[in-house]
Amino acid sequence: MSLDLNPDHKVRRTQSGTVLSVQDLHVSFPSEAGPVRAVRGLSFDLAAGETMAIVGESGSGKSVTSLAIMGLHPDSARITGSIKLHGEELLGRSDAAMSKIRGNELAMIFQDPLSALTPVYTIGDQITETIQIHRNVSRAAATKQAVELLDLVGIPSPHLRVKSFPHEFSGGMRQRAMIALAIANDPDVIIADEPTTALDITIQAQVLDVLKKAQRETGAAVIMITHDLGVVAGVADRVTVMYAGRPVEQGTVDEIFYSPRMPYTIGLLGAVPRLDADVKEPLATLEGNPPSVVSLPPGCPFAPRCPMVQDNCLTIEPALAPTDKPLHTAACLYSSDIAAENRTYRDIFPIPAIPASPLERLPREERRSVLRLEQMQRHYPLMKGAVFRRRVGTVYAVDGIDLEIKEGETLGLVGESGCGKSTTILEVLNLKPPTGGTVVVFGKDVRDIGSGRERKTMRRDIQVVFQDPMASLDPRMPVFDIIAEPMGVHKVPKAEVERRVEELLSLVGLEPSHASRFPQQFSGGQRQRIGIARALALEPKLIVLDEPVSALDVSIQAGVINLLDELKAKMGLSYLFVAHDLAVVQHIADRVAVMYLGKIVEIGEVSEVFRHPTHPYTQALLSAIPIPDPHKERSRERILLKGDLPSPANPPSGCKFRTRCQRFATLSEGEQQPCLETMPELYVVGQDHHSACHYNRERQVV
Amino acid sequence: MGKYLLRRLLNYAILLFIAVTLTYFLAATQLNPRGLFEVRNPPLDPASIEATLLQYNLSDRVPIMERWWTWFTAVLQGDWGYTVDGGHVNDEIARRMWVSLRLVTVGSILGIVLGVALGAWTATRQYKASDRAATFGSLLILATPILVIATILTILATKFNQATGVRMFEFVGETGDRGGYPLAGLVDRGQHLLLPTIALTLVGIASYSRIQRNLMLDTLGADYVRTARAKGLRKQRAVMKHALRTALIPTGTYFAFSVATLFTGATVTEQIFTFHGMGIYGVQAIQQQNVHGTVAVTAFAGVCTLTGAVLADIMVAILDPRVRLS
Repeated sequence: MSLDLNPDHKVRRTQSGTVLSVQDLHVSFPSEAGPVRAVRGLSFDLAAGETMAIVGESGSGKSVTSLAIMGLHPDSARITGSIKLHGEELLGRSDAAMSKIRGNELAMIFQDPLSALTPVYTIGDQITETIQIHRNVSRAAATKQAVELLDLVGIPSPHLRVKSFPHEFSGGMRQRAMIALAIANDPDVIIADEPTTALDITIQAQVLDVLKKAQRETGAAVIMITHDLGVVAGVADRVTVMYAGRPVEQGTVDEIFYSPRMPYTIGLLGAVPRLDADVKEPLATLEGNPPSVVSLPPGCPFAPRCPMVQDNCLTIEPALAPTDKPLHTAACLYSSDIAAENRTYRDIFPIPAIPASPLERLPREERRSVLRLEQMQRHYPLMKGAVFRRRVGTVYAVDGIDLEIKEGETLGLVGESGCGKSTTILEVLNLKPPTGGTVVVFGKDVRDIGSGRERKTMRRDIQVVFQDPMASLDPRMPVFDIIAEPMGVHKVPKAEVERRVEELLSLVGLEPSHASRFPQQFSGGQRQRIGIARALALEPKLIVLDEPVSALDVSIQAGVINLLDELKAKMGLSYLFVAHDLAVVQHIADRVAVMYLGKIVEIGEVSEVFRHPTHPYTQALLSAIPIPDPHKERSRERILLKGDLPSPANPPSGCKFRTRCQRFATLSEGEQQPCLETMPELYVVGQDHHSACHYNRERQVV
Repeated sequence: MGKYLLRRLLNYAILLFIAVTLTYFLAATQLNPRGLFEVRNPPLDPASIEATLLQYNLSDRVPIMERWWTWFTAVLQGDWGYTVDGGHVNDEIARRMWVSLRLVTVGSILGIVLGVALGAWTATRQYKASDRAATFGSLLILATPILVIATILTILATKFNQATGVRMFEFVGETGDRGGYPLAGLVDRGQHLLLPTIALTLVGIASYSRIQRNLMLDTLGADYVRTARAKGLRKQRAVMKHALRTALIPTGTYFAFSVATLFTGATVTEQIFTFHGMGIYGVQAIQQQNVHGTVAVTAFAGVCTLTGAVLADIMVAILDPRVRLS
């Protein structure tokens, strides 16, 4: 469709081709501890149709920048510098004047599409509101246009959906609606603040695709704020890397990814697990944490974490200066040295040597089985009625899966939200008979566990680490008590407990003297280490890791992944590792199981499954993972799945994946019959590689 | 929706039946109408006392279940029974219900409207002088017993009347001397209502503004308000249209509940301004050993509360599309 909005009054660009120009932007907030200097000296120019990514970790000032450009910063913020749109200064304008620009020339897409849409108005009303604020059109015309916009962003049956409320949309659809909202008035600049962070990987691919389409339709410049380097590689033309409120490196996407000149950028790139890595090697770890922007010491803010640090780094804060390429700037005193020797993260950052586990020498068949699921099912009844409750259906959360984890092995469990991963691990941790099939832990069938005491003893051997390190640690307990608690439950002698806590803290890389501190005094990565120490307290044999690194920043995530690798080798642990990030799974797991709607669709050795995927779902998942490599990313052909995961209460007949399957659509009617009628079993497709498709066929997607 | 409401109403009818029956047993066993006759001087003939009590189904010599059944069958026909001196409870309730309604309507509506407005406004001005002043005022009113507020208002009104020389405020009852001009009756009633309405409004503003301010603060920082501003709505308009609308949902239910209970809860206000409403009647009924009156007031309060609950349900269903009625 054509997006024939009202281009008459639009100024596409200034004569130099620049739409938006930010010069020496400083933003600070007053706080009791002193001014929070959130952004310090950011400059960039943006041309029409161009995409610039702002990359950085939490607290680096990316989101504050976007709010300052939109004029949506809190009233207490102090902003200096210059923000010019079409050559006209935006800073210092009144709310009334900015309102005319917001939503019209400047549009924004927020991170969390659930909370960013008003729950009490329909999607249609919210889009027509945007249109009618800026243009004098009738309600009917605006509604008609809202339908067209929803159609453009790929909402099925938009004329019906326009009347839906936000809660009736899935996460991906809400973000599409958000994009429709942003492009409703054909803006010149779209700011997307982490637009896909809250979404599943397959939905992320869809949304990024829609965003690109929206950019094509509107010809807008896009500022993409993200922490995901893979996404940057796929969408950005230019990149600004921010650290502690400062831009520390700016350049084209190729310059940043292939010849980074600032140690922070280099470390960040080395810290990302990559799906296209051939050999498994430890990730670069950036020790320490980003500094607080309240009281910055003099000198380079990255100096305390930089392995290349010299004395003068601690006194002068380097400005962005041209590197070996004139338009590629980096804020490092030694960027010319890096350029001269073309140093990579391997040369700069310490790469920990991870010892091999003695168990790994044993062939898999000879190792003991730690956990075995046999046709395990977990069905939940769907109840209705307040007084007379009756069963109206069944949620097939997990619908008959087989898994085995051997000693010293890591099994990755992957799939979209709602596929049954969490239910599976809860069943394992529960140690009670599931609704069908069974769970065998260390050779003991949970159906044979007689007493609560026996179950409690068995719990010692299975421990868990949760996703959110803040929510899973009691904020009112000092770290010592947190780590000692499981030992208290299992009556470990007191003197022994004290010794163990100290030992555990140093084992996970924390200072034993910090045992009396409280969780909020630690950073996210350190908190996750506390969670790991607690899980290790009882010397378990199996640790269930539920998305242990997905809430962490990239540079912190690498340290935790390396730690998990190291602990596994040192202590002969087995992991059940649940994650949605396939690159992390490929890095850490030995075997992987891909789940879809309560079933395992493909399982086997990680390199075998990821290199030679045969199930269409695995292929789609893998192809949706962005790779932090611009050349590869540009040449990759993405498999976009249709729509969202069906409800597990009402799964499709036959093969559960067929409703979204890209292969199913290409089959003839006769060939489709088996997919419609029977759920395919797991066929052997290789050495330790099974796949549940009637038409297993390998396809390279990475 | 209709079926849902019907089911809710059926639930409520059962609840009401249980509550009223329990009250009946409590009142019939604990109140002692016979005592009213026994303290008379000169003493009355016991046989005639018994005859009177029997006539009005109040004799404690009749088994309680039998009395209850007699009472209950009458109630089913709309007869709530008599007092020992032959007064019909129905008449009393029918009259007092409207007194209460006239007393509280204006005050409670003004209270919620102004309270919500004040709460929303102070939320947007959090920690500024105006917000702190409103907070202080509200807490002061909430901490002061209505008795004191009413008395202060009366004193102020007296001063006002004296100062202006016009009897602007009337203090006692619902009506007084009316003039002969057209609409004089209405003006007279209005004058009598002024003070109690001010008292009720003040209390309403104080409590609703506290509730609304907190609700509003939660939604002011919400992402969707930021989205609304990013679309090009001015701050004031984004707050009114997106934040306030969402923050009104919980207030709506609270309002529905409290309006219904206001009918019987304004006892002190009725007492001070001499309005013969339901609240006073409840207290008097107990004092005067009036079994049937007590039960009837309880039943009335029950109906009010349950009506409030239904209103609250409907309110939520209208205000919040996320509540689906299936």
